[in-house]
Amino acid sequence: MTSLATTPVLVKRRVLNALFQALCGICAIIAIAVLGYVLWFLFRQGITYFKPSFFTRLPDNVNPALGGIKHSILGSVNILGIALSISIPIGILSGVYQAEANGKLCQVVRFLTDVLNGIPSIVIGLFIYAIWILPYAQKHPGQGYSGIAGGAALGIMMIPLVMRTTDEMLHLVPQSLWDASLALGTPRWRTMLFVVLPAARNGIVTGVMLALARVAGETAPLLFTVLGNEFLAPITGPVDALPLRLYKYATSSDPVQNAMAWSTALTLILIILILSILARFFTRAGKSY
Amino acid sequence: MYIGAITTMALALMTLVLAIGCALLWQSIPAIKALGPGFVTGHEWDDAAGKYGSAAFLSGTLYSSGIAILVSVPISICSAIFLAELAPKWIRLPITFLIELLAAIPSVVYGLWGIFVLIPLLRDKIMTPALASGAIAKIPVLKSLLTGAGYGPSMLAAGLLLAIMITPFITAICRDILLAIPTMQRDAAAGLGTTKAETILKVVLPSAAPGLIGAVMLGFGRAFGETMAVTMVIGNMTPNTPDGRSIALFDPGYTIASAMANKFTEATPGIATAALIELGLVLFLTSMLINFFARSLVRLASRRIAG
Repeated sequence: MTSLATTPVLVKRRVLNALFQALCGICAIIAIAVLGYVLWFLFRQGITYFKPSFFTRLPDNVNPALGGIKHSILGSVNILGIALSISIPIGILSGVYQAEANGKLCQVVRFLTDVLNGIPSIVIGLFIYAIWILPYAQKHPGQGYSGIAGGAALGIMMIPLVMRTTDEMLHLVPQSLWDASLALGTPRWRTMLFVVLPAARNGIVTGVMLALARVAGETAPLLFTVLGNEFLAPITGPVDALPLRLYKYATSSDPVQNAMAWSTALTLILIILILSILARFFTRAGKSY
Repeated sequence: MYIGAITTMALALMTLVLAIGCALLWQSIPAIKALGPGFVTGHEWDDAAGKYGSAAFLSGTLYSSGIAILVSVPISICSAIFLAELAPKWIRLPITFLIELLAAIPSVVYGLWGIFVLIPLLRDKIMTPALASGAIAKIPVLKSLLTGAGYGPSMLAAGLLLAIMITPFITAICRDILLAIPTMQRDAAAGLGTTKAETILKVVLPSAAPGLIGAVMLGFGRAFGETMAVTMVIGNMTPNTPDGRSIALFDPGYTIASAMANKFTEATPGIATAALIELGLVLFLTSMLINFFARSLVRLASRRIAG
């Protein structure tokens, strides 16, 4: 009598099982290897110009290799600041709405913000261009581009992300906290403002920072709104931003600028990395309740 | 009062989504009036001749996103299965973190890598040998695919770069969907004596199917509207064929988004700008449609799992 473990059917099943598991493992390795290759190249090439003067100087027309991207960094910081000031109030308030309200309207809003999240970034840029810059440019040709418009475009992109995390974080706050506050006769808005929101604070901060990290590298919406600039400029006019500078240097025919594109990319990635790690730090510090 | 205030905010948000569509429609009226249906059916985009047809862009978008999905989906789903079902516990967290990080890399950085690493690689290792070898010209399907201009920037480069970009995105969503399937289902299957592979293929995947399809569609939506990386590697030229379309992988091409990014700087105010905004409107409507179905599927899946 053959033992059960060696019947042909069972052997076939075991072989298939091993093959399937190996296939999945190999796919994961391929995915990570390709992506690791991208990152490795970025660090290797980006390190060339990655030195202090690169961050403290403006582009140098006489000696390009001595130039820097100070104006792009400052421009990006300003644009992201505007994006934050737009998305934080709107995003958090709509998140509060999601947590408080129930019913059909609430679901429609949630669905629409999901859709907003999926709209290509270039369309958001074009939207700002269509309602803001184009009408202005029709009266004053060649004008209308500004860092503020770019910040608005990025802000719109951040809203669904901020709203979603606020909603999720508020739902994580224990029901007993809401109940305890409401039982004391506190109005709903005071409960939200002084009890629930503070309890969810760290999670919301995490969400905002991850949203910021996601839009920090967006280029397409800035093309139509911010335009780019070779100089340091006020935010009310065309300014430069890191992703725009990177795009410009990458598509340039000058090898020095090509090399600088890698360093600009490394700068951008490091900013995004720092934001993501800070966000994680807040999550870990989290759970204040 | 309080409820009123937050409801107003939510309504404002809804209006915003509608406003995006309306604003694009408003500013593209000159083009819609002047071009009519020729905008969608025509394939020539020539400022000097006043011809604005987007058919070639649309087919280019579908083609490059299609390549990306074909390459990326098997790898993403297998990786997600590995992460959610098979990998030992200690390896899951670092890989998940890595994948989330990679999903956060801006597309312009992928584009940079595409220009200086992927394009030279494809040109020297694939395009030039394939065009030089006589063997491929005899194989029926491959001979029309593996041909074209072959100087680097191409549909193939755009499709592969998009595949690399959307892989972490699709993997992350698929992993979440697989993790949402109740452990009880797996235990029940294992109790019947199934192997791991059988549990996954016959129990887990069927109940996760709508969600996985939704995840793939979300990835398709991403690839569909992706601008910077594609603009940097696709060549931005209409293929040299009578109708502006080509299935040759080595030919350059255009997508809707890359055409917008590229033609924007040279567009004169008036009909040229309006036509570009109409392109944006087309992209908005198509991506809304894709997202609508994808989200519905993901939602349906999670409801089925929960219920």
